[in-house]
Amino acid sequence: MVMQIKKVNVPDERGKFGPYGGQFVPETLMPALDELIQAYDEAIHDPEFMAEFDTLLRTYVGRPSPLSHAKRLSQQLGGAQIYLKREDLNHSGAHKINNALGQALLAQRMGKTRIVAETGAGQHGVGTATACALLGLECVVYMGTVDIARQQPNVYRMKLLGAEVRPVSSGSQTLKDAINEAIRDWVTNVETTHYLLGSVLGPHPYPMMVRDFQSVIGVEAREQVLAECGRLPDMIIACVGGGSNAMGIFHAFRDDESVQFVGVEAGGEGIENGRHAARFADMNVARIGVLHGTKSYVMQTPDGQIMETHSISAGLDYPSVGPEHALFRDNERAGYTYATDEEALAAFQTLCRTEGIIPALESSHAVAETIKQAPKMRPDQIIIVNLSGRGDKDLNTVMSALDL
Amino acid sequence: MSEIRYGRDHITAAFQNARQSQTAALMPYFTLGYPDRQTSLDIITAIAPYSDLLELGVPFSDPLADGPTIQRSTQIALENGTTTAVCLEMVRELRQRGVTVPIMLMGYYNPVLAYGEAGYVSAALAAGADGFIIPDLPPEEAGELEVLVNEAGMALIYFLAPTSNESRIQLVTQWARGFIYLVSVTGVTGARQAIQTDLSAFVQRVRQATDIPLAVGFGIGTPRQAAQIGQLADGVIVGSALINAADSPQAAADFTRSLREALRDV
Repeated sequence: MVMQIKKVNVPDERGKFGPYGGQFVPETLMPALDELIQAYDEAIHDPEFMAEFDTLLRTYVGRPSPLSHAKRLSQQLGGAQIYLKREDLNHSGAHKINNALGQALLAQRMGKTRIVAETGAGQHGVGTATACALLGLECVVYMGTVDIARQQPNVYRMKLLGAEVRPVSSGSQTLKDAINEAIRDWVTNVETTHYLLGSVLGPHPYPMMVRDFQSVIGVEAREQVLAECGRLPDMIIACVGGGSNAMGIFHAFRDDESVQFVGVEAGGEGIENGRHAARFADMNVARIGVLHGTKSYVMQTPDGQIMETHSISAGLDYPSVGPEHALFRDNERAGYTYATDEEALAAFQTLCRTEGIIPALESSHAVAETIKQAPKMRPDQIIIVNLSGRGDKDLNTVMSALDL
Repeated sequence: MSEIRYGRDHITAAFQNARQSQTAALMPYFTLGYPDRQTSLDIITAIAPYSDLLELGVPFSDPLADGPTIQRSTQIALENGTTTAVCLEMVRELRQRGVTVPIMLMGYYNPVLAYGEAGYVSAALAAGADGFIIPDLPPEEAGELEVLVNEAGMALIYFLAPTSNESRIQLVTQWARGFIYLVSVTGVTGARQAIQTDLSAFVQRVRQATDIPLAVGFGIGTPRQAAQIGQLADGVIVGSALINAADSPQAAADFTRSLREALRDV
């Protein structure tokens, strides 16, 4: 069956999720956003487009990704049954490929020949480079020099896939600055170029479109858990940088009120010392603001300057968060917490040894929260963890952090 | 000299004066706090006599509509402690020094939100600013700020770009006060070798929709380019090239005067 895009009442026509979202971009980009909104709407109502997307997800990405019962981890924690949604098994190693393929197909349909993208951990860059190689599109990926150093294997992958990786040495030299440069490129080359934004961030329609393209994760997980367990899960846990893997798995369950959503931000070296990226945990520095075209919670100085963040995982190292997550936090549809670098590293090792799965450091944050939650729950309860990516890219970081 | 009332009438008068002198209005951009507070004030004071209006940059950490020159200048200004509050003090000081031309505060939206929209508008008016240029705030998102700016008698400036279609032109001309900022090229700020050839057609398209002054910016680097643009539009904005030329207040004044003379000689 071809995937359907679930209709919900957010965002509104102007891209607002309650008070969040919107289109805070230079005028040059406004016509491009209008064009994108229209093209996206036409595409998802075109059965041919959706069938092509669906075929690629099945025959190229390898979907559906399995829902694995983590038996040994569940037993060891002695509480809820833990199921892992295995986005790490996707072609190119993470959930990012779902959205990259969807947008690349859309760009092709719009007659764009060139793609620009930003990347933090490199997973979105690899996903985009992969989709562009598959569809024959020119691909330029902006990446902060700090991230290039800590995610070398993904830099090599992107280059092998034919993408040009442009180092960004301004500001904090991480994801935030890569997005600045990608937007500057887009503004310059907007006639020929599609900006393939990798998370539920940025101006409308990106937060909606990326959510929708990622919603395949939750659609599958819902079917799988009903088929295997005969009931809905009690809790879904996912890490939140921009928040695309979390929104991707939450979306299909949003009307299932009994299912509790937990988003896990990067606690870095701890909230007290300020070196973290836990926007919802630190309201001293995270206030409602505008960054990269959208209104949401933003870590900023009292003067409104965007703060540098810290996380051991490049993919969570970002000072703002998707506008729909901000809405979910306000209306309490989801709860948000954080895991520190240390907790993520410990969870990383636990999952390696109990389940034989090497998770991405980003996903390890979700595992860390699972390790806290599961023991408080009964053995007949169910947690689904979105294992958003695999950890091959993180081996150097982990080896040096653990002194191995 | 009678006391000046700051705000959109002051802006309109500046364009009218230029038109009466049969020249386009010259609006140099300079970053407040670059390279340091004192030098910045000296440079702006030195260029003011050759300027019809001034666009003064309030630094932001993530200036996504700006090219390398303005990025670097705002970064240095931030490192010098140039907060939004400091920028407003600097405007006040410029007025005390006798700078009378309209001052447009150019800055991104997040620092405005952080300051508080109402507080920012009233503090800017009290300091002697006339209007605001906010590159990441299209009319759709300007709602509350537009109301506040209007009530203060000031102007919130909107942009149009070569990519703007008829419906964008309709929307922006409907909201525009003071002048419309026309972006000469699709891209970020920064001096360029050549000016887009279809700029004339773009200016014409907007001109047909409105009588409000049209000022063209982005990529204008030389007196010759300024003169070319001055024949098409009511105002010429020069930023990155001025920053590159501003090794000293005297050098900045010389460069601005060369722009002024080129506009007049047309």
